[in-house]
Amino acid sequence: MTDPGHSPLIEARGLTKHFKVGGFFSGRTLHAVDGADFVIGRREIVALVGESGSGKSTVARLLARVYRPTAGEIRYQGRSLASMRTRRQSLAYRSDVPMVFQDPFSSLNPAYRVSHGIMRGLTLHRTELSRAQRHAEAERVVEAVGLLPATDVLDRYPYELSGGQRQRVGFAQALAYKPKLILADEPVSMLDVSIRIGLLNLMAALREKEGVSFLYITHDIASARYLSDRLMVMYAGHLVESGPTEAVLADPRHPYTQLLLSAVPDPRAPLAVDAEAGRGEPPKVINPTEGCRFRWRCPLAIDECARVTPLPRELAPAHTAACHLARSDLAGSGPAAGPGLAGTAAGP
Amino acid sequence: MPAARILEVRDLRVEYATSRGQVAAVDGVDLEVGAGEFVGVVGESGCGKSTLLFAIARLLSPPAAITGGSVVFHGQNLVTMTEKQLRVLRWRDYSVVMQSAMNALNPVLTIAAQFKDAIEAHSALSARQVAERSVEVMRLVGIDPIHLGSYPHQLSGGMRQRAMIAMALLFTPELVIMDEPTSALDVVAQRSLMVQIKELQQQLGFAVVFVTHDMSLVSHFSDQLLVMYAGKVVEAGPTRAVFDTPSHPYSRGLLEAFPSIRGPRVALTGIPGSPPDLAQPPSGCRFHPRCPVALAECSRVEPALYQVGAARARCLLHDPDRSPRLEVPEEARS
Repeated sequence: MTDPGHSPLIEARGLTKHFKVGGFFSGRTLHAVDGADFVIGRREIVALVGESGSGKSTVARLLARVYRPTAGEIRYQGRSLASMRTRRQSLAYRSDVPMVFQDPFSSLNPAYRVSHGIMRGLTLHRTELSRAQRHAEAERVVEAVGLLPATDVLDRYPYELSGGQRQRVGFAQALAYKPKLILADEPVSMLDVSIRIGLLNLMAALREKEGVSFLYITHDIASARYLSDRLMVMYAGHLVESGPTEAVLADPRHPYTQLLLSAVPDPRAPLAVDAEAGRGEPPKVINPTEGCRFRWRCPLAIDECARVTPLPRELAPAHTAACHLARSDLAGSGPAAGPGLAGTAAGP
Repeated sequence: MPAARILEVRDLRVEYATSRGQVAAVDGVDLEVGAGEFVGVVGESGCGKSTLLFAIARLLSPPAAITGGSVVFHGQNLVTMTEKQLRVLRWRDYSVVMQSAMNALNPVLTIAAQFKDAIEAHSALSARQVAERSVEVMRLVGIDPIHLGSYPHQLSGGMRQRAMIAMALLFTPELVIMDEPTSALDVVAQRSLMVQIKELQQQLGFAVVFVTHDMSLVSHFSDQLLVMYAGKVVEAGPTRAVFDTPSHPYSRGLLEAFPSIRGPRVALTGIPGSPPDLAQPPSGCRFHPRCPVALAECSRVEPALYQVGAARARCLLHDPDRSPRLEVPEEARS
């Protein structure tokens, strides 16, 4: 497992993050993420889909080491993040796994030119480069994200750029670190519809050309389908379903995934109005008890759902869902054999 | 649709006074709404859709001002009315649902207190009648009336938006103007709110003007659709017609910018470039710098709205005087 060539890029086991809420003595704990197991492979785009409050941004922040996990472990190229304690190791990890933020209007410092953020990253993380090489590299990454002419763009201030261009600058900053995995937290949700696709295409191109993996966090399942190889669906802190994107969308096994899919507005499809299913809301997961967290909204819920928390089961090759009632194609798949997501990359 | 027209916007122009001179955010917009009709207004940020909506409701404040055209609501021109005259119509005859309920609701007042404010500003009901009506509208939008005693922060995003809609329905107005009421919600909550708005509309018979940047959102709910670009209407017509056969290259581009969750996975291109600076709009057709089928004359000639089937489109390709076929320049074909 210690050979970085064979272990997955990122592997999370039992990843859990709880937050204390209320006063110090309130004893109330918000379970943002509970027992998430997942893997992100090299050159893979994994989409993490869920509603706001489902814990998907917390997952990104755990991977970015903004938060320390309450329990569980993240391994990067076979090495536990908890064991990377020195500044040098932290810096190396941060440059390998940078983050791109949702809001391109507040994530760039308005007082500095575009070059500032990129050059800073280069000075900090790419110490092997000379001054001239850093400048050349800054131009290269700006060109790589489709901002031309690069020298001109580097000299501009954020206010001179449109939202789409700013978000590209965000990707250029991340790219300057020579990353292995970019954590993209809702990178297009603040942008206009007509330019979102351009950014999604950019992410796909960066994977091809630079060999970067992406964790693409979104609430827009249609864009997740457009971009990702694999899809993970999160609900109230639990990963409820994951698998190859097309397999999950063609045959969603978890009732929540089914609800999510039915809610996507699609002008090309006839309207299937099912108002009742959508009327519930995700629960706030404070001091939760055992049981499936979707059961209050679930049309299929049985007694067992309130007693036993369903664990992810592999129901079809590489396709898992955490539901007692989900149909399985695999013979003898007992509950909680652990998600068999190793070796991934799918798509048509 | 043979419904009586309740709102008629003609040649409306709204300008912002900026340090760079007057900027027209809404430029010659026409819009008609029949009784009980659902009209969707779609476009990107900065296209003037929200300004249009604020102008219709007469809610603009400086530096924005209506500099031309008329908004005729039930035979009365709202543009020339005084605040006092408007006060008679507001809430009772038309109401507005704002984009962000978190900002539109007062955080230090309970929902009930805010309902009471709205009712008392526009009518003289007794305290009991106010309470009864508040409970009624909360039931209408599917919130337990117990939440009348709640403060906005105690409600979820979806419930806050519902409370806003409940407030807009206090007097059962004939027209409800909505500015992206679902944009802060998740897909599931969004869909359920849209379905509910549609149900309420059918039940109570009010007309809706619904502004959104998400074209697919209104695809199943609106009767008429208005596509705006850079302050102008570029396409208008029955929703189905616009979706099935978009006539303007911009509407087509917008539609093609949405990945689908069904059918084969296809590569999409979106629309290159970004919306223009309204202080210096492009000459001729405002979409020509981003248009995949632009002609040489598109940069010179400003197109009118031409009839195309059931819809109208502001594109020279549909100019009947230029037909049958314009010569498409070689570089525009690629």
